[in-house]
Amino acid sequence: MITKRIIPCLDVRAGRVVKGVNFEGVRDMADPVEMARFYNEEGADELVFYDITASAEERGLFTDILKRVAKEIFIPLTVGGGINSLEDFDRVLKCGADKVSVNTGAIRTPGLIGQAAKRYGDQCVVLSMDVKRVDGKFHVFAKGGRVDTGIDALEWAHQGVDSGAGELVINSIDTDGVKNGFDLELLDAIAKVAQVPIVASGGAGMMGHFAELFSHKGMDAGLAASIFHTRQVKIRALKQYLQQQGIQMRITGEEMK
Amino acid sequence: MIAIVDYGVGNLFSLSGSLEFLGLESEVTADPEKIRAAQQVILPGVGAFGDAMHRLEQTGLVPVLCEEAQKKPLLGICLGMQLLFESSSEYGTHKGLGLVPGHVEPLDREIAGMGLKVPHMGWNRLDICKDDPLLQYLRQGEYVYYVHSFYAKDCADYTLATSEYGVPVTGVVRNGKVYGTQFHPEKSGKTGLNLLRAFAAL
Repeated sequence: MITKRIIPCLDVRAGRVVKGVNFEGVRDMADPVEMARFYNEEGADELVFYDITASAEERGLFTDILKRVAKEIFIPLTVGGGINSLEDFDRVLKCGADKVSVNTGAIRTPGLIGQAAKRYGDQCVVLSMDVKRVDGKFHVFAKGGRVDTGIDALEWAHQGVDSGAGELVINSIDTDGVKNGFDLELLDAIAKVAQVPIVASGGAGMMGHFAELFSHKGMDAGLAASIFHTRQVKIRALKQYLQQQGIQMRITGEEMK
Repeated sequence: MIAIVDYGVGNLFSLSGSLEFLGLESEVTADPEKIRAAQQVILPGVGAFGDAMHRLEQTGLVPVLCEEAQKKPLLGICLGMQLLFESSSEYGTHKGLGLVPGHVEPLDREIAGMGLKVPHMGWNRLDICKDDPLLQYLRQGEYVYYVHSFYAKDCADYTLATSEYGVPVTGVVRNGKVYGTQFHPEKSGKTGLNLLRAFAAL
């Protein structure tokens, strides 16, 4: 049976890994290539690179980093940030990305998911959603969680999968950076409307939060950034812990030299 | 030199990157002479069967591949493995290369009602059922990375390894010098690199 996946997310700006709390107060963490190497050794199941760049110059820096990572790390790589067109898909796929994550681009350009799925296959297209409660409803937020689109998150997830998204990344703005656990209420609601793999993001603060997440039906992967970057939670230890809890994990380090 | 067959499908960055990482010489090519001169051939592929087979036919490489497959090791990866079989029922019925007996069928029909998602995407344990030089650096139960919605069946005699996903999903096949892996060795960490290293030494 396939394992649950543990995914560190690397937000990259100007060639460095950064991570904000509630998307504000971004602070510098480390060199992305070095970090990718470290996480690969630790047994990460996949890496997500998020380009939070503003300028074209920095975008070039980002694709260079991606190429360097893809030349020595041979696990699935997902790339997101600034994906607004098929040209953007092409640009990152050529640099070694396996999956491309669309967020604001899917809101700005209706049809993008469908076109990309047709050209590259469903398995390549990830719909990433930043979700926040507004008056008791789940709303999709755009532009790094700054703008309320008014779109209903459950509706959006359903539509995205219908158009060809092969995976959903659900990031709860309400729980992001709070470290009190994943937003299980939101995730359960999404799992009811979407039959594709769900990657949960936002709120993990300790190992137990991942065990809690995977006890819920339809949860395939847990994604986090700062708790991994600061070594507050170590991926190898986390996976061993989850394995002991009866959750199937890919434990690395036993392969032949 | 390992020839990676270029017929316009798939992302070959990681595949050529992993061979380079292993210190192996490879070339992405559609040149029949280079494929004939290569020590091994890799047939990659992602996307839909019919479209990929059509593109492969358009390159004129089908007879070259069938001929070379008798002489030197050939490895089909993911859709590249599926193309090795006799046929596929992905969006209609399509003829494959017929290098390995068996057929490619949709997975969802087999696992309906089991609460399993399709595509079969993620890391799954490889259960080796037949020893083979290709798997010499792999231990029983190592994890490999799959992404696919169709799978090969009616090929038990040619199956070297499977992974459990409601049904035993055909993971590795061999018929003579022709090999195939449904998973992506170039995305399967150290385990995948060890398989590619063994393939290069065949």
